[in-house]
Amino acid sequence: MNTELTGIIATFLLTLVIAIPLGKYLAKVFAGEKVWTDFLKPLETGIYKLSGINVKEQMNWKQQMKALLTINILWLFYGFFVLIFQDKLPFNPDGNPGMTPDLAFNTIISFVANCNLQHYSGESGVSYLTQQFVLMFLQFVSAATGIAAAVVFFKAFRDKTTTQLGNFWEFFVKSITRLLLPLSVIVALILTFNGTPASYEGKDKFISLQGDTVNVSRGPAAQMIAIKHLGTNGGGYFGANSAHPFENPSYFTNMVELIAQVIIPIAMVIAFGYFIRRKKLAWTIFGVMTIGLFMLLIPMLSSELGGNPALAKMGISQSTGAMEGKEVRFGPAASAYWATVTTIISTGSVNSMHDSTMPMSGTWQLLGMMINSFYGGCGVGLLNYFIYLIVAVFISGLMVGRTPEFLGHKVEAREIKIAAMITLLSPFLILAGTAIASYIFTSHGDAAWAVQPKNWLNNPGFHGFSEMLYEMTSSNANNGSGFEGLGDNNIFWNLSTGIVIFLGRFLPIIGPVAIAGLLGAKKFIPESAGTLKTDTKTFALMTFAVILVLNALSYFPALALGPLAEYFTH
Amino acid sequence: MKKYIIQSIRLTLVLLVLLCVIYPITVAFIGKMSKGNGGGEKITKNGKTVGYVLLGQSFTKPQYFWGRPSAVAYNAAGSAGSNKGPSNPDYLKEVQTRIDTLLKYNPGLKKSDIPADMVTASGSGLDPNISEQGAAIQIQRVAAARKIDVKKVKELVAMNTLKPFMGVFGPSSVNVLKLNLALDEL
Repeated sequence: MNTELTGIIATFLLTLVIAIPLGKYLAKVFAGEKVWTDFLKPLETGIYKLSGINVKEQMNWKQQMKALLTINILWLFYGFFVLIFQDKLPFNPDGNPGMTPDLAFNTIISFVANCNLQHYSGESGVSYLTQQFVLMFLQFVSAATGIAAAVVFFKAFRDKTTTQLGNFWEFFVKSITRLLLPLSVIVALILTFNGTPASYEGKDKFISLQGDTVNVSRGPAAQMIAIKHLGTNGGGYFGANSAHPFENPSYFTNMVELIAQVIIPIAMVIAFGYFIRRKKLAWTIFGVMTIGLFMLLIPMLSSELGGNPALAKMGISQSTGAMEGKEVRFGPAASAYWATVTTIISTGSVNSMHDSTMPMSGTWQLLGMMINSFYGGCGVGLLNYFIYLIVAVFISGLMVGRTPEFLGHKVEAREIKIAAMITLLSPFLILAGTAIASYIFTSHGDAAWAVQPKNWLNNPGFHGFSEMLYEMTSSNANNGSGFEGLGDNNIFWNLSTGIVIFLGRFLPIIGPVAIAGLLGAKKFIPESAGTLKTDTKTFALMTFAVILVLNALSYFPALALGPLAEYFTH
Repeated sequence: MKKYIIQSIRLTLVLLVLLCVIYPITVAFIGKMSKGNGGGEKITKNGKTVGYVLLGQSFTKPQYFWGRPSAVAYNAAGSAGSNKGPSNPDYLKEVQTRIDTLLKYNPGLKKSDIPADMVTASGSGLDPNISEQGAAIQIQRVAAARKIDVKKVKELVAMNTLKPFMGVFGPSSVNVLKLNLALDEL
């Protein structure tokens, strides 16, 4: 068998081998049961004490969300000012300039929101101080925010009727001390010993074999790359992200980074089932998500391994697949696998340039981000999936003519309204955003911005439209990858995607937690013969259908104008 | 509300120390034991640094094996791909130029033997590798330019070919810089 395919099969299987036990472990950690990492308790107690937190204090869902928003808004202000003044602050060995206010606005929202869309380049746009004290810091805490929000949601369904959903700070701190930080140390060390720089040395300079002078950007990269994957953040240390040989030195590190970014999203699904003592429900959800992964992966593999037909026409051997924007050490199969997982979960790191992938691959990447819940980002993937679940429960309820129920709680008008608003939010942000961008591109091409709108696109025609659609989709999904040909560091893209990222992050967290909080407070109805069971194959199929129909209705026209049109005219 | 603000500020300060001081410094410290001491593994020749194992270099002379086209001309101060779409007409013209260059400098080369990686830019612009086929098509030229036996060059290529990971996972590749160094040392 082809070694490129065995490579990705092994990667996927190893992911499961790690993720499933990790999920069981997480369920115990958040339930406060005994686990082997309890030796870290003194560290946690110390953190609570220094921060003046009493973890025994119970919060209802509104208090949870207030705590979450307070600390997130604090990080926005903190990071914004550090980014603007990074040139005047220490640890800037390469002498990089401070950010413009609009770029800082975009960057800080992007990192607080776990999106990591980057309109700067790591080598020239940030200092060592900001890489670590702003960007890497936020990669930890934004992932922990998502996980903590998901645990609040777990709590609402564990007991029959409750408004006491635990303590937000406890979930948040434990996500770091029991999960993100220990795993980051392991991954960072694996990367360091395989060639990724981890020291604080500045730029290096040497004369190459042929006599050219070459500068080399370096720095403490391994530490950031570990958490960028574990936390499904995706923001790279270097401009080329995980395609850069320093960020991802070999096929082995590529496997490690691929596994690192998927384990927590899968573990959270498993943890959900074990935490609320409904394992079968977790496995059903996991099944739907996994089928979704393969439905996007297989066609992408086929188009990338098949190569670029335009090059084939020129008489070039396509036996190595499509190679524009890809690295030889990974090859097209591992690049397509990466492009699939980085778009279905919201990592957004890349090991190949998505702008140069085949037109149909672009379709699958966009769809992965539009659905945004096949595993999904750290914690938030499950919350996104929950919205689809509630809609599926509602539609099933209508079909059988009963009041819809979920896990023993009646789903009523208020919950459905919230779910409907969250469902409509994504298409609204993506499509309206792309429409405005297209309008400015066609009608105000000469606007005097850092990059004139007429020069935004790196590729003509349908592919150019895809670049704008991708940028908005990636922002709304808090993904952060890009069709990087887009000239995005100017006031329009910085402000518009900043706003889209912000709304696309916090509303889809607050919505599902609110629904869960409202449901959890309702009277518990014991299961009867007439109860709609949500852990059956039939219901799984129903959820899948809801996901497909909602996304097809919302996005088909936009996809038809971009990647599909390119494919059919190519 | 006020309570949350104060707790947020204090928690943020504590975590900044843990996550941005203790964690990265610990990793950097242990990383000192890695090859290249955590600053990237260098290759030296006669006591001088001539490159990094992981970073590709620009090779244009006929006596060297060439790497892949690069969007940043192999200057590792930055990194980027071309971001050209697969159907972009300007891009296809560029590819045609690269094909013509390869054909011109490698007499006897057939178009259908050129692998895609030799005429397409890498994702980072710093790709240190080419495919086995990419090296194979250059053997004749290098041997002729250096006036050495084709068999000797073939041997060196085989010695500098990295097999798939553990023999079964992923593609094989050739490190261009190491191969060219080995040639210079002949």
